[in-house]
Amino acid sequence: MLRIEGLSKRYRAGVPVLRGITLEVPAGQVVGVIGPSGAGKSTLIRCINRLVEPTTGRVSLKDIDITALSRRRLRQARRRIGMIFQEFALVERLSVMENVLSGRLGYVPFWRSFTRRFPQADIEAAFALLDRVGLSDFADQRADALSGGQRQRVGIARALEQNPDMLLVDEPTASLDPRTARQIMRLIREICEERGLLALINIHDVLLAQQFVQRIVGLRGGEIVFDGPPAGLNEAALTRIYGEEDWTAMRRAADDAPETGEERSEERMAGLI
Amino acid sequence: MSGAIARHWRRKPLLIASRPLRWALYGGALVYLAVAVSSVHVNWLRLYDGLPRGWRFVQGFLAPNFLARWEDILIGFQESLTMTVTATAVGILLAIPVGLGAARNISPLPVYLVCRFIIAAARALQEIIVAILFVAMFGFGPFAGFLTLSFTTIGFLAKLLAEDIEDIDEAQAEAIRATGAGWWQLVNYAIQPQVMPRLIGIGLYRIDINFRESAVIGIVGAGGIGATLNTAMERYEYDSAAAILMVIIAIVMLCEYGSGHIRRRLL
Repeated sequence: MLRIEGLSKRYRAGVPVLRGITLEVPAGQVVGVIGPSGAGKSTLIRCINRLVEPTTGRVSLKDIDITALSRRRLRQARRRIGMIFQEFALVERLSVMENVLSGRLGYVPFWRSFTRRFPQADIEAAFALLDRVGLSDFADQRADALSGGQRQRVGIARALEQNPDMLLVDEPTASLDPRTARQIMRLIREICEERGLLALINIHDVLLAQQFVQRIVGLRGGEIVFDGPPAGLNEAALTRIYGEEDWTAMRRAADDAPETGEERSEERMAGLI
Repeated sequence: MSGAIARHWRRKPLLIASRPLRWALYGGALVYLAVAVSSVHVNWLRLYDGLPRGWRFVQGFLAPNFLARWEDILIGFQESLTMTVTATAVGILLAIPVGLGAARNISPLPVYLVCRFIIAAARALQEIIVAILFVAMFGFGPFAGFLTLSFTTIGFLAKLLAEDIEDIDEAQAEAIRATGAGWWQLVNYAIQPQVMPRLIGIGLYRIDINFRESAVIGIVGAGGIGATLNTAMERYEYDSAAAILMVIIAIVMLCEYGSGHIRRRLL
């Protein structure tokens, strides 16, 4: 379970990016965080694993107060928090396998990671994950030889290789075409279900969020202005999050496009090619 | 919105906005140039005297003599090549930790300041001055040359490495940090893959710089082919000097070609 209490972040001499965020997410829940650019979505998830140091407030995961940890303990806590990025953030000149295995860096001593002699169990887990995301034939390719969708799958495998309790996902689909975006969102959702993972997903695409998450949190100006099920995201709520706009057309599109079983299997097949 | 559409845009401002001041500065620069040129006194008679000497020099170069001093030349080149290779290797080995420390995005402020100071010190002094210093401290010979080249290599390589590290794609480093990786693992997994090709390129480039420098610092007593060249010049043996220069040019071109070849295969 993730608990955020009174979390604020202010960069040096600037306006606060986050103002007193309080949020509780039960284990296994997948939460979509939406909001306009600059609302503080990225800062929020980076405060959770302290890639960004929060100014005030507390973050605790499974009753461990992450905000109070020493550098050393923080690294241990980070091992259980997988992160997936907008531009994939793979190390481009390393192979796919090296990228996936880098998820184990927090667990192995330096010399083992330096000589690439990871424990056999880690290597087997990595192959199983590559198989799960449909990239078993790509293990020895360089990461920069892959397409966007494939790279994001490697990113997902790297996060899962950490054997995490939760996933922080920062705009996973922003650099992908619509179809690949749906496949990636579905993959993330399925994996969270399989492993009972809690996930916080920053996402721009409201329709995509509504389809693939269980709960939506709307952020504006560093504050939570909406928190509820995807179905509760009506015009008033959207206006509260994003500002005045004619939302009817978009909401109609959401109603017209329910997911059908056929489409799902078809897309999944295509995704494996 | 009113009907009128704007018709003027702001051009990039000139460096000096005020027109009279601008023209005054241009005029001043011209006057200074004229005065400076007229202050250079050329002694035309001396120049005329020097012509035959210059001609002998050219003649020597047209007929290089590799044989007269071949033993000295061989020893000189051996020394220079040894100096170059050892100094480049030691320089690179020492430049890597200094370069890591001098990259602000991965090092704490005190380490950063110390490493930047080392770089500044190594770069402030020109090779010849460093060589004079080391020759005074350790005596004539290639050891002083080796120290000189190592020292200057550290400054050069560490600075370029640090700047390269500061320019990396931070997202990749952030992703590795997020896995719980330690500092050394971060360097090995996120930094090294990004900077390695350029580091190798710069290292190869430094080999031929060091070789050329080894010829120059020999003139102030730091051993190597420079010392041989200096002796040949002092004895007015322009044909031997020409032979030495030609070998230097050949080796530098060989380095150039070799490093280009290696770099193409690495990227």
